[in-house]
Amino acid sequence: MEFLNYVVHNAPTILDLTGEHLQLALMGVLCALLVGVPVGIFISRHPRWVGPVLWITNAIQTIPSLALIGFVMIFLGLSRETGVTVLFLYALMPIIRNTYTGVTAVDSGIIEAARGMGMTSWQILRMVQLPLALAIILVGVRVALVTAVGTASMMSLAGAGGLGELIFAGIDRVNTKMILGGALPAAMLAVLAEVGIGALERKLTPGGLQPTR
Amino acid sequence: MNEIITTLSNPRIQQQILEQAKEHLMISFSAVLLAILIAVPLGIFLTRCERLANPVMTVVGLLQTIPSIALLAFMIPLLGIGWRPALAALFLYALLPILRNTYAGIRSVDRGVLEAGRGMGMTPLQLLFLVELPMSFRVIMNGIRVSTVSIIGWATLAAFVGAGGLGDTILSGFALVSTGLILAGGIPVTLMALLADFLLGRLEKAVTPRGLAI
Repeated sequence: MEFLNYVVHNAPTILDLTGEHLQLALMGVLCALLVGVPVGIFISRHPRWVGPVLWITNAIQTIPSLALIGFVMIFLGLSRETGVTVLFLYALMPIIRNTYTGVTAVDSGIIEAARGMGMTSWQILRMVQLPLALAIILVGVRVALVTAVGTASMMSLAGAGGLGELIFAGIDRVNTKMILGGALPAAMLAVLAEVGIGALERKLTPGGLQPTR
Repeated sequence: MNEIITTLSNPRIQQQILEQAKEHLMISFSAVLLAILIAVPLGIFLTRCERLANPVMTVVGLLQTIPSIALLAFMIPLLGIGWRPALAALFLYALLPILRNTYAGIRSVDRGVLEAGRGMGMTPLQLLFLVELPMSFRVIMNGIRVSTVSIIGWATLAAFVGAGGLGDTILSGFALVSTGLILAGGIPVTLMALLADFLLGRLEKAVTPRGLAI
């Protein structure tokens, strides 16, 4: 009850911070998409690079978030850029790995058929491989986004705002309502991201690949 | 640059890092160990009681969506400050990968193999220990690896609830805008996570029964 009161009184702040939070996460994932999908396609065509690229992105994933924030902060200072960069780095791995897996998983017979129809390799990529790989790439995006929404709670430490502001301020003041006021919307955003992209996945899967019911 | 070198070569700070590294490992491993003790039997139980599998997984999955820093914060009113809230939160976080992999690993054991075991006169307990568990060791170990690596990372947050660990030094680095301190805490914790990932990856291969090794 008290908590509801708190939320009603602070609704504008909470909403603002939620927007900021979502923006941070989306920016990070968007940057990772812009870099990760081309890289994933590249390594699917140059197998020599698969090992090193996946190894590096995996290693980045292993770096504890507080440490990564610190490392990035050394270069970018207290700023939104630091927050977005950290989220971007964490989002790379699922997107690159799933793009690579998705593109290489396309049946070689289908590619053969496309080539037989006289498609150029660019056309094969755009009209055959990417549409067929879309579902798997989206799974990567979902994982990346859910992680980003979760990790974005830490970004207030980097001066990037978001719901972490409330959580950390709440910890400092041992104020449970404040902590909840930050944590509940953050958790809800994570669940929403999961469900929302799940729905998008079903919608964007080509008709022929839809599971029959 | 100078600041980094003076900080890193300060014996007091080196001493402190060593101390915190020990704390950090202690709390991470206790959390993972506890999670193994609970999640593996629970995972096995769920394979015998399919009806409960979905609800339990959903609840544990929901716990995972709570931002880790918030989960830690929730523990303060319940358990006060110090290592207790940190251990509890990290334990809850470590549960899901181990539980999910135990459940999936045991369920993926080939029916025919189970049938064969039963045909040889094995009791259900023998089937579990001689067939199902060895065959799913690899998957379970993978869950334990994922948990351990992420817990070592999240344990840096334990500093916020007064549980110590290397997060303390990183946070002081934030507060004092000291690159040296950030690195002094950040590098060891990163190495720890990478090392855990590597070693447990090795162990994962080592525990795979010879017949299943690729």
